[in-house]
Amino acid sequence: MKAPAIPLGTHGATEELAPPAFNLLCITVLCVLAAHAPHMPAWYTAILAAIVAARWWQRRHQRGRVSAWLRIGLLVAVPAAVIAVYGTPFGREPGAAIVCGLLVVKLLESERARDARMAIGFACFILMSALLFDQGLAFTIIVGLMLLPALATLRALEPGLPETEWWPAFRTGTALLGVSLPAALLGFLLIPRLATPLWGAQGNGEARTGMTDRMAPGDLHSLLTDNAVAMRIGFDGGVPPQKSQRYFRGMVLWSFDGRAWEPGAAARRPWRPAPLGVHDPLTRYDVTLLASHRHWMFALDMPVDAPEGAVMGPDHTLWSSKTIDQTVHYRVASAVDYQLAPERLDPRLRAAALALPDGFDPGARALAERWRNAAGNNDAAIVRDALALFHDGGFVYDLDAPPLDRNSIDDFLFNTKTGFCEHYASAFTFLMRAAGIPARVVVGYQGGYWNAFAHYLLIRQSDAHAWSEVWLAGRGWVRVDPTAAVSRVVLADTGGAASDVGGGNRSWWMPWQNRLDVINRWWGQTVVGFDALSQEHLFRPFGIERATAQMLGIALAIAVFLALGFGALLASLRPRHKPRDALAAAQLRLQKRLAHIGIVRGIGEGPRDFYRRTATELSDSAPTINRLAVEYLALRYALAEPPPERIRAFLRAVRNFHPRRVVK
Amino acid sequence: MDAAIREREGLAARLRRWLPALARGRRPEALPVTLDRNRVYIVPTRAGLGFGVLLATMLIGALNYQNNAALLLTCMLGATLASSMLLTWRELHDLTLRSLHADHGFCDARLPIHLAFADDRRARPGLHVALDDIEQPCPLRAGVSRATATAPTESRGWMPIPRLRFFSTLPFGLFRAWSWITPDQYVLVYPRILRDGQPPAHHDDPRERTTGGDEFAGLREYHVGDPIRHVAWKASARHDHLLVREFERAAPGQPLRFDWRDLPGLDRETRISRLAAWVCDAYAAARPWTLVLEDRRTLGPGSDAAHYHHCLTALAELP
Repeated sequence: MKAPAIPLGTHGATEELAPPAFNLLCITVLCVLAAHAPHMPAWYTAILAAIVAARWWQRRHQRGRVSAWLRIGLLVAVPAAVIAVYGTPFGREPGAAIVCGLLVVKLLESERARDARMAIGFACFILMSALLFDQGLAFTIIVGLMLLPALATLRALEPGLPETEWWPAFRTGTALLGVSLPAALLGFLLIPRLATPLWGAQGNGEARTGMTDRMAPGDLHSLLTDNAVAMRIGFDGGVPPQKSQRYFRGMVLWSFDGRAWEPGAAARRPWRPAPLGVHDPLTRYDVTLLASHRHWMFALDMPVDAPEGAVMGPDHTLWSSKTIDQTVHYRVASAVDYQLAPERLDPRLRAAALALPDGFDPGARALAERWRNAAGNNDAAIVRDALALFHDGGFVYDLDAPPLDRNSIDDFLFNTKTGFCEHYASAFTFLMRAAGIPARVVVGYQGGYWNAFAHYLLIRQSDAHAWSEVWLAGRGWVRVDPTAAVSRVVLADTGGAASDVGGGNRSWWMPWQNRLDVINRWWGQTVVGFDALSQEHLFRPFGIERATAQMLGIALAIAVFLALGFGALLASLRPRHKPRDALAAAQLRLQKRLAHIGIVRGIGEGPRDFYRRTATELSDSAPTINRLAVEYLALRYALAEPPPERIRAFLRAVRNFHPRRVVK
Repeated sequence: MDAAIREREGLAARLRRWLPALARGRRPEALPVTLDRNRVYIVPTRAGLGFGVLLATMLIGALNYQNNAALLLTCMLGATLASSMLLTWRELHDLTLRSLHADHGFCDARLPIHLAFADDRRARPGLHVALDDIEQPCPLRAGVSRATATAPTESRGWMPIPRLRFFSTLPFGLFRAWSWITPDQYVLVYPRILRDGQPPAHHDDPRERTTGGDEFAGLREYHVGDPIRHVAWKASARHDHLLVREFERAAPGQPLRFDWRDLPGLDRETRISRLAAWVCDAYAAARPWTLVLEDRRTLGPGSDAAHYHHCLTALAELP
């Protein structure tokens, strides 16, 4: 006898790819490209998608690999194109673009089941890497759903599906994914997190546009049209500050070079911030700041103290010691009604707040000169003059501001008169300094959406705003929002939701998006923010204060064991065989009774033979058995529709029949 | 089992000796047999091992980049692929082979084996069966309980039905579940057919007689394959369809005689194969024949199916 091999064979691996499996593979690859499309150059994605379509078309007409030269050419072209775009093949974006290209090359040579399986594995990996760019709830769900075509492809590689249709292949994967969700969540909770990365993962958080440290005319534009969430704030007592007071300061820009505002040297000096004179109870709140890849921590108007891990600059801004590459939570207390340095301004700060570059904007300087001459010592009157100019001077709020020439302030003030917050803040601050009033630009967020249901304030990137602070003798630093003085607003058609002016939302679906942000917040807090620290506290309800990695590992092992056991139990449930009709039930009952005394109906033994044998073996009750046999055969085979009362009679007869073994 | 074979078995045999579970199911057993959970084995396929490595990579990557969404996706994929193992196992679990019977087959040809399973509402579309490592699909739709597989044959005579290996890799091809059934059943394999030799001695070739014919017997309907020259054109013109002339076959009183001693100088198996070929040809030509065996045992004359099987059985059972 031949030695049977342990069946680890390669059955099916070398089979040719059937059309349904190949179509599903193409869909999977397209899904992968779609998942990475947001951060790849549009032309690159389009070319890869076109290659997939061409390959699909080619294989529809003639099976076989694409010529080796073409594949090698593509293998060279993909990294070359990526290097041409990014300058390097290393890093997150270039890496993702290269693997997407390689997946398409793999599709070109996929002819056998083995190729397809490899391609699917590769595709799953690339799908996961898409989440390194965005781990929002919606995107995670989309990527999760993209596993379905991958699973369907694996299913289609196996037998048992219709030859031409490909959608039944989705059924198994979808059902399994649904059933496995609890186990997946358990694994997610229990897999021990790394306290420190194994290899360099700095700066590998999500890519997000955010505020930069520089404000040149037009720089904020991309921010104002970005609906991404910047931060969420929950206030103690559940009551937000009034709408007019929701100014969240981020950074203060001191230095102007004629074109752009920058923090300058004054912002980062280790000077002690001036003490704050507080008039009303402090507002205390918790901030959840999403990764910004900067150091700025935003706080409502004037924070009294820096939270842990941050320092307060001389201008009362909060500076985190590490760049904020992950979502951070911090708690701050702020004053809304305050007095800051009302008597005396630090001379160093005064110098920084009056500095202007030489040789720029003579028109604005002359205007400020005229105001100063008219107002004398009354700084507040000059502020009013400037605001009146913005209100009545024909200024327009428009996100589509025209570009400005070298003397940007003059060009804006006397020529274009069109711009948004940063134009107004910039021009206003310039005018104040030119008039001899210490002034500075503040960049942060203003407004936000108060979610009354979940009691938190939602701040989006589009809530970014720039305003000014001027120092007035006797009053100290005072916030002035010159943009609010503008009376004419042109609604931008960029689809953005800039609430730059008065907090007006700009698209019809924005309110819904704001309301649904509760889910995003929940996702950010419970899933994305579930780190090693939260995991440590996982077993608190069970009285374990600190869960170690070992405990988690044991719990994970137990969970896997239980899940498998439970699954095996479910899988082994067999559908109960019920007799289909009363007659069969009666017959089974009779057979059971006879089996009890040793007369077992054999496999393949027909009822007639069985009754005959029974009658021979139990000669005493032969007449009864013969009667039963005749009746059964008639009911079963002779009559198409046996009358139910006859079946009941047969059942009664069976019930009353008590065979007894004859001892011979 | 001799030493050489044992040596060739190598690792598999040693494993089987160490792990009694591997040897289970090697003992012949009477049908029906239900594949309960004790006898269904499951291992990952190569693709399954590959996906395991992939999942490990994804896990380490997600943990390293502290990306919880990626980790969740990895967990989802991992749990789904792991639970596919249960579906693979379920494909075999509770399968009941009620009975099987083999058709008579000639040596060297594939022997059809008809499998009858217990009625089952569960479809098993990925079921395969392997006989002597020849893998063949054996899909069962819901409510279908019959399938046919083929077994290779190596020598004439009573052959034990080879061990059946049922297996499946559904749904994703990442796991392979299998189970063995060694039915306690034998099947008679008829001798090899050898036609290239001489025609039966002292007698006309039976095939010649049928085409040659001697006396006109009557007319019958034309069947595909009838010689054109036998078509009765004049008679056909009066009917809707073609008619052919039928000729009287050899008279029943003159059976062909196939004698063991007619084949001198040949080895035993060749003689048996030659005789078997003659029997087959005579049966196909519907000519009566008599078979005389080595021990002067004479079978026949006769020309019906019973005689045909009787003769082939006798030849197959020759020592």
